[in-house]
Amino acid sequence: MLNEAELDVPSASLQRRRRPRARFAAGHILPIIEGTTFVAALLLPVVLGDRTDLITLATNVLILSLLAISFDLCWGFSGIMSFGQALFFGVAGYAIALVGRDLDFSNLWGTLPLAMLTGLVLAALFAAFLLLGRKPPTTIFVALGTLTGSYAAERLVSGWQYVGAGNGLSSVKLLRLGTYEFVEGPAFYALALISLTLIYAGARYLKRSQLGLVLAGMRQNEERLAFFGYRLQLFKALIFSLAGMVAGLGGALYSYHQGFIGPGNMGPGLSTTAVIYCLFGGSGTLIGPVLGTAAVEVLSYELADIDAIKQFWPVILGLVLLGVVMFQPRGILGLIVSDRERIGSYGLRRRKD
Amino acid sequence: MALLEIRGICKSFRTLRALDGVDMDVDAGTFHGLIGPNGSGKSTLLKAIAGAHFAESGSIVFDGTDIVRATPYERARAGLSLKFQITAVLGELSVYDNVLLATQSCEKLSSLLFSSKRRAFDAEVGSLLERFRLIDRADDLAGELSHGQQQWLEIAMALALKPKLLLLDEPTGGMSPEERRVTGELLEPIKSHCALIIVEHDLHFIRDICDRLTVLDQGRVLDQGDIETIQRSVKVQQVYTTRV
Repeated sequence: MLNEAELDVPSASLQRRRRPRARFAAGHILPIIEGTTFVAALLLPVVLGDRTDLITLATNVLILSLLAISFDLCWGFSGIMSFGQALFFGVAGYAIALVGRDLDFSNLWGTLPLAMLTGLVLAALFAAFLLLGRKPPTTIFVALGTLTGSYAAERLVSGWQYVGAGNGLSSVKLLRLGTYEFVEGPAFYALALISLTLIYAGARYLKRSQLGLVLAGMRQNEERLAFFGYRLQLFKALIFSLAGMVAGLGGALYSYHQGFIGPGNMGPGLSTTAVIYCLFGGSGTLIGPVLGTAAVEVLSYELADIDAIKQFWPVILGLVLLGVVMFQPRGILGLIVSDRERIGSYGLRRRKD
Repeated sequence: MALLEIRGICKSFRTLRALDGVDMDVDAGTFHGLIGPNGSGKSTLLKAIAGAHFAESGSIVFDGTDIVRATPYERARAGLSLKFQITAVLGELSVYDNVLLATQSCEKLSSLLFSSKRRAFDAEVGSLLERFRLIDRADDLAGELSHGQQQWLEIAMALALKPKLLLLDEPTGGMSPEERRVTGELLEPIKSHCALIIVEHDLHFIRDICDRLTVLDQGRVLDQGDIETIQRSVKVQQVYTTRV
């Protein structure tokens, strides 16, 4: 064991002998991007004015960003390749739609926590099956397991009359706060922005905590961490469950915002889209998936509006995404954010003491 | 009672019998060398003790508990710590963070989430970095260290777990003579609180730091005892005719 005398040595000497941290001069790009994005998001409704269509698009981007962050928690943080995040998104969306239809209840303080709980519990069940075996599961096993879950749920719902079968559930009851009803527009945008900001802040805190260090180590060498005494499957199950909770919140907001939820909102299509949002923006950065969602959704919106390419804009979009994933695997943020900053440095805060 | 009692351990890889009924005892506070020709089963035995390989039969009693079916993390928590033959530092993390990761491994989830012991760990991590001459490289990426420094970092990480038994697989592999000498000096102080099993090809290094030796050949124990006993062993001399 280390004795007390040994323990007394370093704090002062660490401060004294450590070299100037020049690398951090170039290591503060992410906070700048985060701050700029947040300010831009705050000002957006003012800039857009009465362009309701664009405010609706921006609200969609914020809601889908929750799904992208949910995938980033899995892949970018923990190395869990989940192709099933839309499952938790969709099931939560259906849950609040059914509660509105059958129980005539759509109060914000009740339904949004319910949606988060639905995502959390469902993801925890999946985690128990996929991640908590005696031997660590392979990436492929988890990817196929989550993909299968997402696909099976989509097929199940497509044939289930109680939940609207292939037509889904439309005319979802409006979300209420007291007597106020949220409809598309600045108020819903503000609600989505608050939700995203809170989730983002929580995920950012997690990433920078000592638990974040475990996750960073886990991504690099799982076996090594197991020999340190970390029970990695538990950590993975925890993060996967939290990711499910975030996706659940996104699903509820989506359902209320669109007034509709359908089988496609829990299938492999949307699950894969979440992967693309994240990889396009830059996984493991948190802000990358948000920017990736904005880029993909705005690009889709604009390309679909140009008459000359109306027929084949998905092909163009697909090629752009393919190019980014193939030639810039760290996403668009990888062009300006170093690997060092993306991964993080966990001893940093200590030196401020 | 010995800290580690191994009885009849067997391990095969397809048709190759890597370990064939190995018996070995390691007492607390002793440095135990594991030597033998290439392919004799040294690293396999070390991995079987640490849990990287599961033995097919036999028992491994560590500190009074049979751990032969325990997972690597359970063994690590019981007080076993392994330094891999091929350095497995986390190259994209800083040197400091590598040691911090090992130091905080026994903490509860809530403590990790709220980073409640970050200050306390600072002293411990600093102490290890100081002792292993890495304090000036604390902020550098572990992947940027020289090979010898990565070996030291590995040992520092293994010691950060506060093990009762440290397993070192070729800790001086690829080191210069000076680095080997320093490594011996770095290991000497741990004797007061930790036993050591060391696999090493450098027999001079083994002779300098170990109290006892076990010689493996073709997955079996050829001989074991203190240094003088092994040096006089005819069976060992037939395998190592000139080097011990």
